[in-house]
Amino acid sequence: MTAIALATRRLNKSFGSLTVARDIDIDLPVGARYALIGPNGAGKTTLINLITGMLAPNDGQIFLGNEDITRLEPQDRVRRGLARTFQINTLFAGLNPLEAVTLAVAERRGITNQFWRNVADHKEAIEEAYEILAKLKLGDCCYQVTRELPYGRQRLLEIALALATKPKVLLLDEPAAGVPQEESGDIFEVVASLSDDLTLLFIEHDMHVVFRFASHIIVLVGGAVFTEGSPAEIAADPGVREVYLGTRKHG
Amino acid sequence: MSTSPLATNPQAYLQSASRWRPVEIVFWLATLLPFYLLPDYLSLASQIAITALFALSLDLILGYGGIVSLGHAAFFGIGAYSAAIFSKFVMGEPLVGLAAAAAVTGIAGFASSFIVARFRHFTLIMLTLGLGLLAQEAANRAHWLTGGSDGFQGADIWPVLGLFHFDLYGYTAYGYSLAALFVLFLAARRMISSPFGLALRGIRENWVRMPAIGAPSRAHIQKAYTIAAIMAGIAGALLTQTTQTAALESISFQRSADVVVMLVLGGAGRLYGGLVGAVIFMIARDQFSGIAPQYWYFWIGVLLVSVVTFLPNGILGGLSAIAARWRRK
Amino acid sequence: MLPPVFGVLFDGLAYGMLLFVLSVGLTVTLGLMNFVNLAHCAFAMLGGYVTVTLMNRFGWPFLATLPVAFFAAALASVVLERTLYRRLYRASDLDQVLLTIGIAFISVAVAAYFFGTLQQPIQTPGFLRGSADFLGLALGKYRLFLVGVALVVTILLVAGLDYTRFGAQVRASVDNQRMARGLGIDVDRTFAVTFALGSGLAGLGGALAIDIVGLDPNFSFAFLVYVLIIVSVGGLGSIAGSFAAACLIGVSDIAGKYYFPELGAFLIYLVMVVVLMWRPAGLFGKR
Repeated sequence: MTAIALATRRLNKSFGSLTVARDIDIDLPVGARYALIGPNGAGKTTLINLITGMLAPNDGQIFLGNEDITRLEPQDRVRRGLARTFQINTLFAGLNPLEAVTLAVAERRGITNQFWRNVADHKEAIEEAYEILAKLKLGDCCYQVTRELPYGRQRLLEIALALATKPKVLLLDEPAAGVPQEESGDIFEVVASLSDDLTLLFIEHDMHVVFRFASHIIVLVGGAVFTEGSPAEIAADPGVREVYLGTRKHG
Repeated sequence: MSTSPLATNPQAYLQSASRWRPVEIVFWLATLLPFYLLPDYLSLASQIAITALFALSLDLILGYGGIVSLGHAAFFGIGAYSAAIFSKFVMGEPLVGLAAAAAVTGIAGFASSFIVARFRHFTLIMLTLGLGLLAQEAANRAHWLTGGSDGFQGADIWPVLGLFHFDLYGYTAYGYSLAALFVLFLAARRMISSPFGLALRGIRENWVRMPAIGAPSRAHIQKAYTIAAIMAGIAGALLTQTTQTAALESISFQRSADVVVMLVLGGAGRLYGGLVGAVIFMIARDQFSGIAPQYWYFWIGVLLVSVVTFLPNGILGGLSAIAARWRRK
Repeated sequence: MLPPVFGVLFDGLAYGMLLFVLSVGLTVTLGLMNFVNLAHCAFAMLGGYVTVTLMNRFGWPFLATLPVAFFAAALASVVLERTLYRRLYRASDLDQVLLTIGIAFISVAVAAYFFGTLQQPIQTPGFLRGSADFLGLALGKYRLFLVGVALVVTILLVAGLDYTRFGAQVRASVDNQRMARGLGIDVDRTFAVTFALGSGLAGLGGALAIDIVGLDPNFSFAFLVYVLIIVSVGGLGSIAGSFAAACLIGVSDIAGKYYFPELGAFLIYLVMVVVLMWRPAGLFGKR
């Protein structure tokens, strides 16, 4: 019986009469490579917001491993190993990548309550930050302020920030969204190289990417799980094709 | 450990970012000039040093933490009145008085930090405004304690360290205020280059991302707000001690608004912005003290509109942009 | 015979109605675009001075000056919006606060330059002077007029919002700007028109305020705090909210002056802080 890294039970969320999440049950085994797909407005980012705690559910539970994290604050969930990236870049525009990732590492190591020692004195934290950046091919631009970085590099920085928290479960929200073809290869290489212990759930519209990386696909429509299964099963499912109205690249 | 193709290694880079620049040393040496070149203006210089400290304290939360406070003078005033009351009823020793004011303001700052850390944007602006107005009204109504609009009566300040009397020319006043400003500036500088300072900048840069990297933003803000309050309180206490009285002006909305203008003028988030802004603002106000208040505020208005439109990072921001362009040539 | 407390209540409500007319424009623009316009009361002051000039210099009757006050303020807001405000829609709160406060400062100086710093008196028309007897209370006729105007404005606003297409666009944009744009609504134009309307109402409020509170260059700031309190307590974007909050503030202020003069404005500030802590978006604001 493989251990479950992340699970939701009957997760529900409505805004008045608008239901954005309906009885969502999900199980992510450790090491999974799951894709979350669905047409626009299906509630995929909403589900990530619910799981990470940015949105409070009306009903239901969320489990990280064996622990019920439904009532935990977002930062406490991150400390327990649940990280995410944002579909729209949510970066520290005025910091450079080194500062940004060092900050994330420092938060994880719990040294941000120190206001007496210089950041530069924390050799290990800085080296750890640089290692992450180098692995994501951001080493050579790590002194350049984030807002001046090309878009593709910024998307990589999104992932770097999430990895700095040493997550057990990583939720990627359209990691290559808007990245030009030449640069998106880097991002997928990174995704491919992620450790096997890391459990991955990614939202993606590009079906080629989905079939390349995912071992299991969950289809979300109108806030509810429409169906799920292996890539082959999903590709053959006529209902899924209908829901997407034949579009393959963008939902 | 991967090989670094960078010119400087990461640790050295971060170290150099917080190194003392020559222009800073020039700045602090220049603060000694009034003693020799402008002995007639030492009282004004003392006021400027005090206001600069107040502006520095606001920079910690506004420039580095992104919290817009329209009521920061509440802490300045609480510090001012605490020092006055302490000198009248307990003892007139100035340094102990500073500590007492710091303690009282620290409690007030910590208490209100619970409120401030929970809100953002317009609600936060209104809450800081409201808390500041409450403090002002309270000071006004409690004239049995504060002296109300007549000002505080009976403050008795002893010489600093038993040696330096507060003379009429202001030598002691300026020396004392400048020393306090410098010491607290060093502390603030230390704080900004610490991991905590980095976290504050993170909060200012992107509030939403902070919890996503596991940061306890509210705790960070509460700490910063309390520290800023203590600093503002010490500034207020300095004013009381150097002028031998406390007045409602120290806790007024006017003072809260003026310090925001000064900080923005100089450039928020640059540590020296508040200092530069205070110097320029106070000197200008002194020079134009003859004209009617509404015309003074006309120019402040023009200044604000110009800064927001053309110089969003204040004077220091403008200077560093010019320097960057010059370096690129 | 009604006890005098009802007279105080009526005065408070009338004052509240005036504050409502002054505030309603700000709550809608804040709710729509999240644009913090601290120069709002400067438009009110403009309306006041328009009325004063037309009446004292050109001998216009009071009622005739009111629409001109409205349009003058609305026009001024259009000019400001085109030139300065529109660059700042996506700017930080601080920048918006600073720019609009700067404009307010400038307005004070301009008013002082042209009109001097003393209060400007006007002669209210005969039929609005004095009081009407109602169950033993002497209700000021001008105050009754104020209440009447405010109610008419409220009805027109609510009807406009609920029954016109433009009103629907405003409501959609306040509710969810991104989705409104997605539906093809020109949110920027909606905002510009709403802003003009709101500023015009402020101008009208300024004209109406002359008889109650007097007009001098300080008007831009004297009421700014109360207007901000009403808008934040009532809830950004909620007309019902600012109506309720305005009545609450108006009554608290007048009743406070009568019954608890030592408290001053302390109670009002305390109420605001407590309400905002309990409901950060205001009593009727978006959750």
